[in-house]
Amino acid sequence: MAASSDRNPPPFPAAEDPEPGLVDPADGDSDEGEDIFVSKTNPVSVSRGVSQPDRGAEDPPDLFSEEEEASSTTAKSNGVHSDDDSDLFAEAHMELNTDKPGSSAKKELSASSGPRSTSTSTQSPAAMQPTSLEQLEEEEAKDSFDVDVAITNPEKVGDGMNAYVAYKVSTRTSLTMFRSKTFSVRRRFSDFLGLYEKLSVKQSLHGCIIPLPPEKSVVGMTKVKVGMDDPSSVEFVERRRAALERYLQRVVCHPSLLQDADVREFLERDDLPRALNTQALSGAGFLKMINKASDAVNKMTIKMNESDTWFEDKFQEVEAEEQQLRKLHAVVDSLVNHRKDLCGNTAVFAKSMAMLGNSEDNTALSRALSQLAEVEDKMEQLHQEQAASDFFIFAELLSDYIRLLGAVRGCFDQRMRAWQRWQEAQSTLQKKREAEAKLLWANKPEKLQQAKEDITESSNRSGSTASITVICLWESRVTQYERDFDRIGMTVRKEVLRFEKEKAKDFKSQIMKYLEAMLQSQQRLIKFWEAFLPEAKAIA
Amino acid sequence: MMEEVKEVTSALSVHGHNIKITDVVKDGDALTFVIVSQKLSGTGEYHVDRTWDDFEWLQQHLFSQEDVPGLQGVIFPPLPAKASGNASAKIMKQLGVLGLGEWQPYCKALETFLQQVATHKILNKNKAVEVFLTSSDAPGRQKVKKNIFNRLSQAVEEMRKEGHKDVDEFFQTERDHNLVLTGCTKTAAEKFLDMVLTEQKIAVACGHFSAALHLCVEPGEDPDKKAFSRLCVQISEVFDSMKKNMTSVAENNVNTLGLGLDLESRYQEAEKEMLFRRTCKLVELENARRNAEKAKPVKKAAMEEVKTATQTEFQQICGVARQEIKQFHGVRVKMLQQALVQWCEKQLLTAKESTDQFNQHLQAFRGMAQ
Repeated sequence: MAASSDRNPPPFPAAEDPEPGLVDPADGDSDEGEDIFVSKTNPVSVSRGVSQPDRGAEDPPDLFSEEEEASSTTAKSNGVHSDDDSDLFAEAHMELNTDKPGSSAKKELSASSGPRSTSTSTQSPAAMQPTSLEQLEEEEAKDSFDVDVAITNPEKVGDGMNAYVAYKVSTRTSLTMFRSKTFSVRRRFSDFLGLYEKLSVKQSLHGCIIPLPPEKSVVGMTKVKVGMDDPSSVEFVERRRAALERYLQRVVCHPSLLQDADVREFLERDDLPRALNTQALSGAGFLKMINKASDAVNKMTIKMNESDTWFEDKFQEVEAEEQQLRKLHAVVDSLVNHRKDLCGNTAVFAKSMAMLGNSEDNTALSRALSQLAEVEDKMEQLHQEQAASDFFIFAELLSDYIRLLGAVRGCFDQRMRAWQRWQEAQSTLQKKREAEAKLLWANKPEKLQQAKEDITESSNRSGSTASITVICLWESRVTQYERDFDRIGMTVRKEVLRFEKEKAKDFKSQIMKYLEAMLQSQQRLIKFWEAFLPEAKAIA
Repeated sequence: MMEEVKEVTSALSVHGHNIKITDVVKDGDALTFVIVSQKLSGTGEYHVDRTWDDFEWLQQHLFSQEDVPGLQGVIFPPLPAKASGNASAKIMKQLGVLGLGEWQPYCKALETFLQQVATHKILNKNKAVEVFLTSSDAPGRQKVKKNIFNRLSQAVEEMRKEGHKDVDEFFQTERDHNLVLTGCTKTAAEKFLDMVLTEQKIAVACGHFSAALHLCVEPGEDPDKKAFSRLCVQISEVFDSMKKNMTSVAENNVNTLGLGLDLESRYQEAEKEMLFRRTCKLVELENARRNAEKAKPVKKAAMEEVKTATQTEFQQICGVARQEIKQFHGVRVKMLQQALVQWCEKQLLTAKESTDQFNQHLQAFRGMAQ
């Protein structure tokens, strides 16, 4: 029963462009052929103080048809949840493949699946039929989420060094799993970090790409604690608010994460217990965590023989892309700085022209120069907005994706670990068998009986104990780990697919926002020049 | 092979207002300018090659004309500082806006200088101007004797005269006004230059971003990858447009208002120098008067003579100065107006072109398949 280690994952389907609205009815699913869902546009928006998010078309109210999606939910059970990898080698604990009734760790494949319309949190389709990847892709295409989050009203709470900023987190939804249609809570930054920590502990074991929250900043926060009024504090708070909003929007856009009870609690619960472990999650902490995992994987002696090159290729792509985005980010950073400089230069020039206009005794020229000074002042305003646009639209987009790619690498690593767990279980099984065989040959039936009757406590949730032999234990573990590995592989593939689609959508909508802002800017500029021209002509 | 410059008042044989510098050739350090001027009689042009040293030769000759009454009252058209092919940072800073744009603004400034000299009623009578513009050989490079116009010779004590109270309200007002304007204009020109330099940096950064995006384009059949690659190419084009836009904006700035502010600034300095020369003459006159009064009978006649001569000189200078100032006021307003109008028109055009470009890009994105 020992599976070979070079088992092939199911073949990746040929290039398909799943357009929203086109579902292959021949699939046998009960998916409707018609897509009534509009994909959510991306969470990033230019800085704004108002709570209404600038989304794409709103989703029509009735999102969820009563489809039975039993067959479309594939193996999404929790599988083995060992807290410590080293436990695998101890014969102390054993967790059989169980469906945890608490669905907090449950992952749904399709966004539009029926089970979501049930408001209870328990759902465990017993059927674990593997679906083809084609189906997975099509279900992805019908991404539609009627959850809208906005983060607004940053307010300083408290005084001195213990002060913090509380944000209003507003949710608007038509999903019945929430208590009401619109609601809001107040959250502080460490709450967001706490949410991330909870999610990453649970979900990343399944190969999910968990969005990353913005980084801590001691410098930024200290300034805010002192006073929220100076421009750099205002900018810092705004930057953080926008980043938190994007983070949260990405979380709720993710079909599996939205199901997570911690996410719902975060959105709904008025009184959230304070997250205490966030000390560890410093700015570079997230990436350090992921990189540490990578290193651990690389150090493992058993190297994976990848028969399907998809994972290897993809991983290299991801690494390369991360480097490219870093370069891009550096360039955008310098662009933002130059724009800020231009604001300063323009303001200073405007002043110098005003002075020149005042000193000028030719009245027409004097007036024209003063007008010029005003035009330059207005242009400074334009440059400010342009700099903000550069920053919030591009620089932050790039840094979000740099972090997200790190998270993607993380889920590849999770898959590697799953593989290694499986391999190690196999080799342990092999050893056990050999040991048993030796005993057999040595003709020591008593010892053999003893070995066979080793009882280990089962921590089966149903509470019953079962006596099980060691070999059976390891056999079932091997099966379990193999299934886990397959499952993670599928999830990773699906997640990466989804990620790439989201990324393209995100970039596209951002560049369009950027162009629209630029166009507005240019049009205002044209108005300024058109107003100034007659003044200039009127001289002499 | 030019003989001594004669003082015969010979008219210039070319038009002054449309002298053009058509080309600049860089040879190592040296820059050579090709100057084209139109003959007064009939059709025909003069093409001559000159270096900055030749310009300086011309300027020195203008300064040192001997028998032009009241020459010190002339506001001399300012000559831009010397530029070299491999200019140091210090020189570039001194040149300001003229150091930008591959010497095009610099040529324009030299052109303006020649036009102003050639159309100046007093200065264009100097044979050196004719020689400079028409002689196929380079003008003689012999150093002309040092004269009081040499800025560097103004000793510290001379500077104190700058604040000397005037006897004439017209001139006192003009001096005060000039002082303020010189400062303001210089500042404005500097700040404008800062703006332009930053605009250039933005253009460069946009170019970098555009190029870097091309690196994100990957080959492959994967539809998502292709979609993203296409996106990257499009975004790259947007930033390329932005680069072109910013480059145009900076160029427009340099070629119109930049040049205008630079010229205004240098011209104000030239007026300042003229007013200073007059003030120095005034001080000289007052000293001469005092000397004449205090002179012992032996010296008295000589002192009186000096006083009279100085008085005449001073009056001549004042006469010329008044005219020059009046003209200067008119010319500078016209020049600034022209600069402002051109600046506005060019920036308006660039803004409209950019709007069209960005619109096209936006439509292209909207049309892109999901």
